Amino acid sequence: MTTIQEQQRIQTEFQEKMNQDELLNCMRCGFCLPTCPTYIESGYQESHSPRGRIALMKAVVDGVIEPDEDFERSLDLCLGCRACEPVCPSGVNYGHLLEDARDIVNQNKRFSMPVKVVRNAVFKGLFPHQERMRGLTGLIGFYQRSGLQKVARGTGVMKLFPESLATMEKVLPKVPTMKEMKNRPEHLEPIGAKTHKVAFFSGCLMDTMFMDTNNATMKLLQLAGCEIVIPKEQACCGALHGHSGEKEDAKALARRNIKAFEDTGVDYIITNAGGCGAFLVDYDHLLKDDSEWKERAQGFADKIKDISQILVEVGFHEKVPLELPHQIITYQDSCHLRNVMKTASAPRTLLQSIKGIQYQEMENADRCCGSAGIYNIVESEMSMQLLDSKMVQAKATHATTIVTANPGCLLQMKLGIEREGLSGKMRGVHIVDLLLEAAQTK
Amino acid sequence: MLSNTVKEKIISIVSPANFDDSKTGRLVYSYDATPNFQSMPDAVVSPRNKQEVSQVVKLCNEFQIPIVPRGSGTNLCAGTCPTEGGIVLLFKHMNKILEVDEENLTATVQPGVVTLDLIHAVEPKGLFYPPDPSSMKISTIGGNINENSGGLRGLKYGVTRDYVIGLEAVLPNGDIITTGGKLAKDVAGYDFTRLLVGSEGTLAVITEATLKLIPMPETKQTMLALYQDLEAAAKSVSKIIASKIIPATLEFLDQPTLKVVEDFAKIGLPTDVKAVLLIEQDGPREVVERDMARIAEVCKEEKAVSVQLAQTEAEAEALRTARRSALSALARLAPTTILEDATVPRSEIARMVNAINGIAEKYDLNICTFGHAGDGNLHPTCATDSRNHDEMERVEKAFAEIFEKAIEFGGTITGEHGVGVMKAPYLELKLGEAGIAAMKAVKMALDPNNIMNPGKVFAKDSRKRVVV
Repeated sequence: MTTIQEQQRIQTEFQEKMNQDELLNCMRCGFCLPTCPTYIESGYQESHSPRGRIALMKAVVDGVIEPDEDFERSLDLCLGCRACEPVCPSGVNYGHLLEDARDIVNQNKRFSMPVKVVRNAVFKGLFPHQERMRGLTGLIGFYQRSGLQKVARGTGVMKLFPESLATMEKVLPKVPTMKEMKNRPEHLEPIGAKTHKVAFFSGCLMDTMFMDTNNATMKLLQLAGCEIVIPKEQACCGALHGHSGEKEDAKALARRNIKAFEDTGVDYIITNAGGCGAFLVDYDHLLKDDSEWKERAQGFADKIKDISQILVEVGFHEKVPLELPHQIITYQDSCHLRNVMKTASAPRTLLQSIKGIQYQEMENADRCCGSAGIYNIVESEMSMQLLDSKMVQAKATHATTIVTANPGCLLQMKLGIEREGLSGKMRGVHIVDLLLEAAQTK
Repeated sequence: MLSNTVKEKIISIVSPANFDDSKTGRLVYSYDATPNFQSMPDAVVSPRNKQEVSQVVKLCNEFQIPIVPRGSGTNLCAGTCPTEGGIVLLFKHMNKILEVDEENLTATVQPGVVTLDLIHAVEPKGLFYPPDPSSMKISTIGGNINENSGGLRGLKYGVTRDYVIGLEAVLPNGDIITTGGKLAKDVAGYDFTRLLVGSEGTLAVITEATLKLIPMPETKQTMLALYQDLEAAAKSVSKIIASKIIPATLEFLDQPTLKVVEDFAKIGLPTDVKAVLLIEQDGPREVVERDMARIAEVCKEEKAVSVQLAQTEAEAEALRTARRSALSALARLAPTTILEDATVPRSEIARMVNAINGIAEKYDLNICTFGHAGDGNLHPTCATDSRNHDEMERVEKAFAEIFEKAIEFGGTITGEHGVGVMKAPYLELKLGEAGIAAMKAVKMALDPNNIMNPGKVFAKDSRKRVVV
């Protein structure tokens, strides 16, 4: 419940902090409507569309409405997939507006005790600290390896959790051991002739839970002729914080990362998670009001490049023979990779160059799968509705392999496969893992 | 505000889930795509079928509550802005394509069907629904019918009116009527179908439409002609038509428009020329080739600096998409974009474009012009800022003058957007006093309590548009 005082504080801050020009730039033409997953899934409800949300933000600024529960609901239900941005002819930066609005709402709200505990644990206690991420992943590893997992599944204790969480437990990857997680290289030489010197942004979740994918990424970069540096001081990208209205924490992480990569002397900073990449590439906007960091952030952002982009650029798929046993493969875009980093054709080019497979484009591959950070946990109902629509399209391709380019999407696809009872017949895989598999199958 | 009695009665008709009078719910239906118009409705109601529409309308008539029927709210004349409050009637549930009749070449649809979805449904069957408003990805058939929307193919194929052959509608007293049908010929009584098309929701609520389809043209070619002289481009238009060729599409974009469109679409449009014509012809291959060759000749005779055919369908589609986004891309220039819809006989295109440029200069405004040159339907568009009151005054005066010019050249105040609130003050320019009186008589006869989209089409006072 948002109290009257909270509403007044939020309203004042909206008037002071929201970018009024950006709000006015929306000319309400409605071009965004057919691209918005929540508009469509809500049965064409304008309050769950970008045009509607911008109108609501503007109305709060203008004092026409108060930021009440319904208003918050409208903001909360947005996936932040930013599919509306590339189609907006007026070029409204919707993502920035949403981030600012959520930041204001959340900073002026007193959350209930349990929510506060969870938010603090996630945003402050866990994600910014890589050693704690390792600790948690280690715990999951212990759970998986000790036999506890079997016990938990056997006793049906998972039934006590919400459905999406319980299924999530099943689809978590087999995590690495503590020792593997701690012994990370800091420098790798290229295999063959050197093409570029790059830095690798290893991420927090990617470097613990999805360590295998990170290893595969580095291997591909080596095969592509890249000398790789992996700065130890780097931290979580801050996307989760930024998207959940914890902007100051996101800024602190950004400064740490900029510093960590600044003197590496690399051509590019490579990411393998669309969600992280899109946030990193936006650091200049995040720190635009910080005179000391603005330019440094720009320098950092200019170097960000997704793994698939650089592989295509250096002609990896032409140099390295890629082959797999016959299977139908489809690709689910990572919204942020596509809509913010503008990388849509590179992953498809790479997949289509694998010999032996049949690539089948999925209808609405560019529509959000409903994962969206922690959205699938906090907005479980809408998330599962989106996932169900997604699985209908995925099944229509007859694919046995769904490829993604972001850990959140990957887990969501695995969740979808599990929900459809297709495990064993269909698999979800990160593009780099599949590419390495294809490079090694000969 | 609605009284509790009315509220309860509406809820009992449509169910609680389809009645919304929350502040956010009302706010997001307080506007459409028209700049500077916003007004809160008292409630938003989403009926599920014609019986529910009929009951709601009857109730509103009894309690004299305004009704604003609304599709996707993409119109540019404030036609769906609830300027006098009341209820916004949404068609999100009534969005089914009921039938595509391949024997009679018709489609029967509910008003909430998105235009492009209909096009996608009929084209695989080799059928063609020509009206293609720039908003067709979003706009609904109901909205198209009410505003009598045009589009890029209007020159050869006409506007929405030319494809609506039957309607089912709820009159303000709650009666359900049907007009026309699947017939190619039908002369029984007044042509109510035509009366309701373009009536902007002021006479009845349309609940179903039968649309005429035609066979899909066999081939299509797309061409781009570039000019360093605006007048030369305009002259080409008249000369093409004078050569007895009716292209499917004949679109005009001036340099400022080209620049913003290219900035948005990034398809390699030339931005160093003064004007561009986008020309398409469709039909049997031989005819298309012959026409396109002749058109190219005419363009060159009229000093086009370059005439080029799109080599692939992807290239052609990119050009069309670029043209469709012109309006919104212009929004990049300034915070407020006011797009108008002045239309002249096509022989007067050159004079009209010159007049617009002269008026823009006189009032020191940034007015870009693009539009459907082939049918004389121009969209002079002003990039401005609604916060600048002095400039907004000048915008007002400039557009008043543009409309006067259009009328002087034998034109009209709107070619495809409708009158709404936006152009109501100028309607008399076009119709004259007697014309307005006759139209008002029709309105009064059908809607004596003035509940159907009140405040639209007929201005309270003429010649003063309320902007800001």
